[in-house]
Amino acid sequence: MTNSWTDIKNTDLAIIMGGNAAEAHPCGFKWVTEAKANRGAKLIVVDPRYNRSAAVADYYAPIRQGTDIAFLLGVINQCIINDKVLWDYVKPFTNATFVVKEGFEYHDGLFTGYDEEKRDYDRSTWDYQIGDDGYAVVDETLANPRCVWNLLKEHVAAYTPEVVERICGTPKDKFLKVAEMIGECSAPNKIMTSMYALGWTQHSKGAQNIRCMAMLQLILGNIGMRGGGVNALRGHSNIQGLTDLGLLSNLIPGYLNIPKDSEPDFATYMSTRGFKPLRPNQMSYWQNYRKFFVSFMKSMFGNAATAENEWAYNYLPKLDVPQYDILLAFERMKQGKMNLYFCQGFNPLQAFPNKAKLAEALAKLKLLVIMDPLETETARFWENHGDFNQADPASIQTEVIQLPTTCFAEDEGALVNSGRWLQWHWAGGSPPGEAQHDSWIMAQIFLRLRDLYRKEGGAFPDPIVNLNWAYQDPGEPTPAELAREMNGSALVDVFDPNDPTKRLLEGGKQLSGFGQLRDDGTTASGCWLFTGSFTEAGNMMARRDNSDPGDTGAYLNWAFAWPANRRILYNRASCDLDGKPWDPSRKLIEWNGQKWTGYDVPDIAPTANPREVGPFIMNPEGTGRLFARTMMREGPFPVHYEPFESAVANVIAPKVRGNPAARVFADDWKQFADIGDPAFPYAGTTYRLTEHFHYWTKNNHVNSVLQPEQFVEISEELAKEKGIELGGWVRVWSKRGSLFAKAVVTKRIKPMTIDGKTVHVVGVPIHWGFVGAARKGFPANVLTPFVGDANIQTPEYKAFMVNIEPSTGPVA
Amino acid sequence: MNMELSRRTFLKTSGAGIAGTTLGAFGFSEAEAAVAAAVKPFRLVNTTETRNTCTYCSVACGIILYSKGDLRKGEKANIVHIEGDADHPTNRGTLCPKGAALLDIVKSETRLTRPMLRKAGSDRFEPISWDAALDKIARAMKDDRDANFIPTNEAGVTVNRWLTAGFLAASATTNETAFATYKVVRATGILAFDNQARV
Repeated sequence: MTNSWTDIKNTDLAIIMGGNAAEAHPCGFKWVTEAKANRGAKLIVVDPRYNRSAAVADYYAPIRQGTDIAFLLGVINQCIINDKVLWDYVKPFTNATFVVKEGFEYHDGLFTGYDEEKRDYDRSTWDYQIGDDGYAVVDETLANPRCVWNLLKEHVAAYTPEVVERICGTPKDKFLKVAEMIGECSAPNKIMTSMYALGWTQHSKGAQNIRCMAMLQLILGNIGMRGGGVNALRGHSNIQGLTDLGLLSNLIPGYLNIPKDSEPDFATYMSTRGFKPLRPNQMSYWQNYRKFFVSFMKSMFGNAATAENEWAYNYLPKLDVPQYDILLAFERMKQGKMNLYFCQGFNPLQAFPNKAKLAEALAKLKLLVIMDPLETETARFWENHGDFNQADPASIQTEVIQLPTTCFAEDEGALVNSGRWLQWHWAGGSPPGEAQHDSWIMAQIFLRLRDLYRKEGGAFPDPIVNLNWAYQDPGEPTPAELAREMNGSALVDVFDPNDPTKRLLEGGKQLSGFGQLRDDGTTASGCWLFTGSFTEAGNMMARRDNSDPGDTGAYLNWAFAWPANRRILYNRASCDLDGKPWDPSRKLIEWNGQKWTGYDVPDIAPTANPREVGPFIMNPEGTGRLFARTMMREGPFPVHYEPFESAVANVIAPKVRGNPAARVFADDWKQFADIGDPAFPYAGTTYRLTEHFHYWTKNNHVNSVLQPEQFVEISEELAKEKGIELGGWVRVWSKRGSLFAKAVVTKRIKPMTIDGKTVHVVGVPIHWGFVGAARKGFPANVLTPFVGDANIQTPEYKAFMVNIEPSTGPVA
Repeated sequence: MNMELSRRTFLKTSGAGIAGTTLGAFGFSEAEAAVAAAVKPFRLVNTTETRNTCTYCSVACGIILYSKGDLRKGEKANIVHIEGDADHPTNRGTLCPKGAALLDIVKSETRLTRPMLRKAGSDRFEPISWDAALDKIARAMKDDRDANFIPTNEAGVTVNRWLTAGFLAASATTNETAFATYKVVRATGILAFDNQARV
């Protein structure tokens, strides 16, 4: 989230699109209720189903799954046509005025540089013109036809209300009503908040769904404002924390990158990470990248990371592909290229698409190690459960070790919530039986592995034997030790180079902010973003002062928020070019003539002159980006692409199948239904229920009583057409697999008219499996396609094609 | 009986004391004693309160764990009740249908309680000791890494990667566990490293 849950009370208009907060985040959704009750805020819901959020919305519009980009570009088009633009924000605070290079073009759904063979682009033209002064060329009059604004205007013109209706199935009048309500928030004192979740991420173009909203919010001047922003509701309790800490194939904690093969040494690696400002006076904060990286390497490898060995640069593995994401891992596993796999609190057999492919892949492993507080289907993938899990144990040679871990109630430490708050919690119970903390297990594995390398030598032992592991009990590092290590400390006394008598940092002391980090090996920090969370003043994450001066919803003394305890990102943009709040009733910070002051930690240098330094300090432009330059694989502007499986061809680019830059493995292409395939005529989608959390709560007696049995949802019209009874068994199948469930026939789902064709939606809640306290069922992922978003490989769970028929139910 | 008074017990005891005195003065002591005898004792008496965070979604509602026994005194602690934390700014004491049933996930019958091994071709798990399980894992890692580690690519560039092993980390663990996990996994050269952020 750019903002926080408690900030939602400040909004005038909440739009829930790509999520269902009332169902999936009920206690956070209450802040929407608060805004409605106390300041007359309105709620819009746009969703394929009339869901629980829609039930309490002021306005609901239906949309076909997988068409959000067409809808949102249509809204941007309406804003431009009707001049619903906060110009005093857009001109100085976005790249609207920047001039794009000659050569960049867009035709028929594709940008310049497409290579059909590689399914990838040469992105070299997707950038600004650079002037003789070395800065990007801008035209504040917007007269230049190559200005981002003019290219955007042209790009979105195709998304007329008629085209939106043809693609999305949203009736024109409903679309225009939503666009009008959104457009009103271009006033400086009317603010919209966007609340989204997996309904936007789980598409082959998920990242561009979210970009569309970010662009819209920039045009309306709603980024940086109280009650505004683009807010990812997020799933697991520490999904934000694990992302921040980079437990992903290509990341280093704090959104740094694992090196690539094309970066053989540290100098080459840093050569593309200079982040020279693209406009005069801009902060371009990533210019500090080297300090973050070197401090991380000191945290990892201690004295073994030296200037001479480039801070142990070669201790890190290099990537020959953009990332070894889970889809690629299971593809390689299926090809017999993986032997050993660890699942720490992760149940991929349920959570990843195309269950049949996953099971085939797991059976090719030599050893599967499970660490979990609960039984999982993955741990028992080899067990036969009839229709629910067809398996022949005798033919599966994979060894499985299942290790019992503690759960939240038996563990201490911090979790990062959607609003980036690091909140500390304490253990209240003893673990059951022999269950152990995950940190103990990781330490025990590490110490044994290190011993083997010390005794036997072997392949490149250096990073293992030199890993910094200076904990009081190496067999179990404590949460406090690890938290202090992430925050970081000065390794030696550091003196001011201009005044050697002045000591800047005291060796051995915790750092108080990432501004103190250095690139000469004198500071260590496991994650620069978390610096300030555990200082000499103590554990800032454990703070519990819930006072809220000014009633802003910031709660500055409750826990710690990254970065630097800042509660609303880009909050400099809550003020105009002179540093005065756009809306005095929503004051967050302001420029007092000398410095920035207010209720939040300013997201700008404290003395940065408001007319000189732009609010988007991480970007070399100092502005937000309506044009993404080369940062997105499928283009600098979003384009509507159909899901890989769809009832219709792409209305705006009929020749383009799916997202043209998405990676698809050969075997998976064969398992996609053709466009408009009569064998799979219905648009399937997956979602969650308020009584269940993923695949965990089927292990919980209470939740299994509340929602005991698997079901699918269909419209009354489809039920009538197929002879399906309310409560009767149905079989639902895709080109990849089949499941049995009870039918819920409901008015909440209506058939849609898409480009003249009637399309029915089949809704598939995800929560069932073959272990736990609930009745046995099927993961929705027996149906879903094995393809991910082009940028970050989140699978396309939300839009695929199925068939359905009445049935007699499964055979156990 | 544990004579340490929790905050709640203290309030309850002192309140009852005042009421008892007043009622006694009016001659109701026998009636009051009869009522007290019939009332089921408040079940959170003599419990330890611990602040925690709901384990499900990222709203991160504050919760209070009530346990018999106190870990901080080195005792075994058995959690008997979980409720919303009214002091928490986000949830202000409220919980959803999942959060309200948290005790049943802590106490789930399908909690794992000891290490298990499923041998190749077997149709069941069988118990294994922690030491044997951890030794087996470390040995398997060492042997596979030594056999398949890629120090350089075809162009001779040092790449130091290990592609035949992969690790999925848990997005419901703490930052601290995650960091310990990060250090160990990265040090081995594993690149197939992921968490639920991608699903």
